[in-house]
Amino acid sequence: MLTKILSAVVLSLVVNVAFATPEIQHWQAPSGARVYFVEDHGLPMLDVAVNFPAGGGFDTAGKVGVSHVTFGMLDLGAQELSEDDIARKLADIGAQLGGNFDSDRAGLSLRTLSSAKERDAALDILARCLQQPLFPEDVLAREKARLIASLKEAETQPESIADKAFGQAVFGVHPYGWHAEVADVEKIQRADLEGFYRAHYGAKHAVVALMGDISRAQAEAIAQRLTAKLPDGVADDRIAPVMIRIKPSEQRIAHPASQSHILIGTPGVARNDEDYFPLYVGNYILGGGGFVSRLMHEVREKRGLAYSVYSYFMPMQQPGAFQIGLQTKKEQADESLGLVRDTLKTFVQNGVTEKELRAAKQNIGGGFPLRIDSNRKILDYLGVIGFYELPLTYLDDFTANVGAVTTRQIRDAFKRRIDPDAMATVIVGAPVEKTGAEK
Amino acid sequence: MRVHLVVVALLLQVAAAAQAEVYERTLSNGLKVIVKEDHRAPVLVQQIWYRAGSMDERTGVTGVAHVLEHLMFKGTKDVPVGQFSKVIAAAGGRENAFTSYDHTAYFQQLHRSKLSLAMKLESDRMHNLLMSEKEFAKEIKVVMEERRWRTDDEPRSLLFEKLMAAAFQEHPYHNPVIGWMTDLQNMTAEDALDWYKTWYAPNNATLVIAGDVRASEVFALAQRYYGSIPAGELPQRKAVGESAQLGIKRLTVKAPAELPFIVMAWHAPTLRDAEKDWKPYALDVLVGVLDGNSSARLNKSLVREQQVAMDVGTGYDSVARGPGLFVIEATPREGKTVGEVETALRAQLALLVRDGVSAEELQRVKAQVTAGEVYKRDSVFYQAMQIGQMESAGMSHKDIPVMLQKLQEVTAQQVQDVARELFSDDRLTVATLDPQPLPDKPKHAGGAVHAH
Repeated sequence: MLTKILSAVVLSLVVNVAFATPEIQHWQAPSGARVYFVEDHGLPMLDVAVNFPAGGGFDTAGKVGVSHVTFGMLDLGAQELSEDDIARKLADIGAQLGGNFDSDRAGLSLRTLSSAKERDAALDILARCLQQPLFPEDVLAREKARLIASLKEAETQPESIADKAFGQAVFGVHPYGWHAEVADVEKIQRADLEGFYRAHYGAKHAVVALMGDISRAQAEAIAQRLTAKLPDGVADDRIAPVMIRIKPSEQRIAHPASQSHILIGTPGVARNDEDYFPLYVGNYILGGGGFVSRLMHEVREKRGLAYSVYSYFMPMQQPGAFQIGLQTKKEQADESLGLVRDTLKTFVQNGVTEKELRAAKQNIGGGFPLRIDSNRKILDYLGVIGFYELPLTYLDDFTANVGAVTTRQIRDAFKRRIDPDAMATVIVGAPVEKTGAEK
Repeated sequence: MRVHLVVVALLLQVAAAAQAEVYERTLSNGLKVIVKEDHRAPVLVQQIWYRAGSMDERTGVTGVAHVLEHLMFKGTKDVPVGQFSKVIAAAGGRENAFTSYDHTAYFQQLHRSKLSLAMKLESDRMHNLLMSEKEFAKEIKVVMEERRWRTDDEPRSLLFEKLMAAAFQEHPYHNPVIGWMTDLQNMTAEDALDWYKTWYAPNNATLVIAGDVRASEVFALAQRYYGSIPAGELPQRKAVGESAQLGIKRLTVKAPAELPFIVMAWHAPTLRDAEKDWKPYALDVLVGVLDGNSSARLNKSLVREQQVAMDVGTGYDSVARGPGLFVIEATPREGKTVGEVETALRAQLALLVRDGVSAEELQRVKAQVTAGEVYKRDSVFYQAMQIGQMESAGMSHKDIPVMLQKLQEVTAQQVQDVARELFSDDRLTVATLDPQPLPDKPKHAGGAVHAH
């Protein structure tokens, strides 16, 4: 039986699975917004997302957290609609309003039935939230209090403590590493939100993604309707460069938890970087590939040291973090940390084998259809392609780009990007005997 | 409203049509095979659901259902340890498994051309699993790490674990799915093997295949790969229940945290007969009335208006093998106590019991259910999940459209009646998290740390 399975594996090397990628239509709305549309009438529904370069990376010193609160208040009061009106009217037609916020992007998304009445009512609300948010004072006061409480809670939880310390260690004074403190939130005023909104939610940098049961003509009208009344958006859409090289550091933070939460990393790669594919494929082998990665094999499968161990690159406008993470009981923390460091060092020094690369390509290439098997996933790709101005053929080229990666490229890219001797390490819930030690 | 009714009628047709694409066959060894055809994308999912969850465990071996789930990746005679995952990965697949109170399930998501590969592997480990002491010794450590990560160091998970143990004193929902740590420490490979031999058999499983497949081809492949596995002799399942509670139960959990937290859980019925039952449907609607959107009763009153809570949530699962719980949880706002939140919650529930729900509220919940039925079709995986859950709970996938219809028929009177019956202290367990400061908690640094 095993031989049969192995022959099936060999077979899948030569049979390259063919499939159709969605046809992406792209244009610029009269408002100036960039629009990305896939027409699909398979289900009577429509997904829309409108994003702006207005994520956490656009905060300024002394006003940390303004980007996040601005985003959070978009659907809490808009022209002629109270926050309750917005929630109730959407629920009445079964529409779902969501949001997206990260270091680069902020925006709203909408899922609605595509039948005319429902669609129109849902889009009307989305249009007002995007273009005429009111940022009511009383709502702001309440939301600030909620955010402050959640920040205080986060300061007691090991995972949040680790994330925050890691961001600061990897990005230093760059906004990618900023976390709002209680005092930051306390001083946020309504005028800050208005100012941030006017500067960063402009039509010229807006990206509208549409997926589903509408025609091209309808999509054009919708994109314009959602962006025509946006502010001028005077701010730059670029984030300051990240310092790529960091000094090695190790922070051991005490916590009564039974496990140590360990994070190791450094600035990684930008979305448009030519090293992106070699690093992506290489990382699959290192710690991205579920049960079959080297980290998983060394830490979990061979030694049972952790439930979860992973690594990833977070490609952003500027290089986002390369991060390795795991949790293990305190007594095993130093052993696990040593093992992970050795695994990384060996990986960077020696690169990957042809066999590993082949397996990685089989998974990433063969699994491509799973990346675009729903409207939701395609909408997300439209958003990324649009925001980072990736080629419209990104999905068509994806498998070929993965297929073209060589072992040499992976080794070169990792050697240039990842210095195992210059990593930031954070251990929250560190073993007691070593608490406070500095490397 | 008229426009809306037209839409509802239309969508019910959509749902009925969707269910018409579901095919079912039972192999001679008792394996039920259910196929949901969905040709929107060239992918498929295989899920195998074993009707063996933590509720089937005995004292001293809690967690064994989940431990076995981990060990199912540790190899057979023909597929050595690690190979299962490698082969699925090389086929471009994604895979995992999950264990609950009611069942254990395994899945792979793949290109449509890979069904026979997935079936070959899954059917092999249904009856050929190897149990090595060496692999067990490593994997039990992994599971203990998982328990520390999910529960021991997660104050709110810990609270829910203690809540379940208090609410259910007889029914095995008393025990956590991950198992008590002592039981994990004492578990042996023999325990896991016993579990496997007892429950892993075709006549205790449901195979669900969804995606870009033809039912006739799936049935033929299922016969080829699973058909020859002999049926097992399943033990008699004892009926288990939970006697009526005799008064309110309260408990407190202390754990490192900043904010207190309160959970109120009332014993509630679950679906047994999709056609005849009405209370579970009324309870589903009640969840929507209380918490279906951010202007629904609880968030609007407690978070937005009175500002006594930071957040509030409601949960109830009508489909389960065992009894249900209707759960409301809330985080007090800074300066407010769990007692004040409980009082505010109780006031809202009393209002609902006294005055009932409005036609608007009812209609709103139904509109969301109806739209959700369309949105659900965007995920092949979720559609398969729903089928597997129904079958594992002892119901049928054929009940899914019935449930949708029944939800639409729920009346305002039924919601009020079920609320009146439900919100009694004699059904209630209240669990509160008593936050403990960290030993050397850092002071709030303020905004200065961001100075450039």
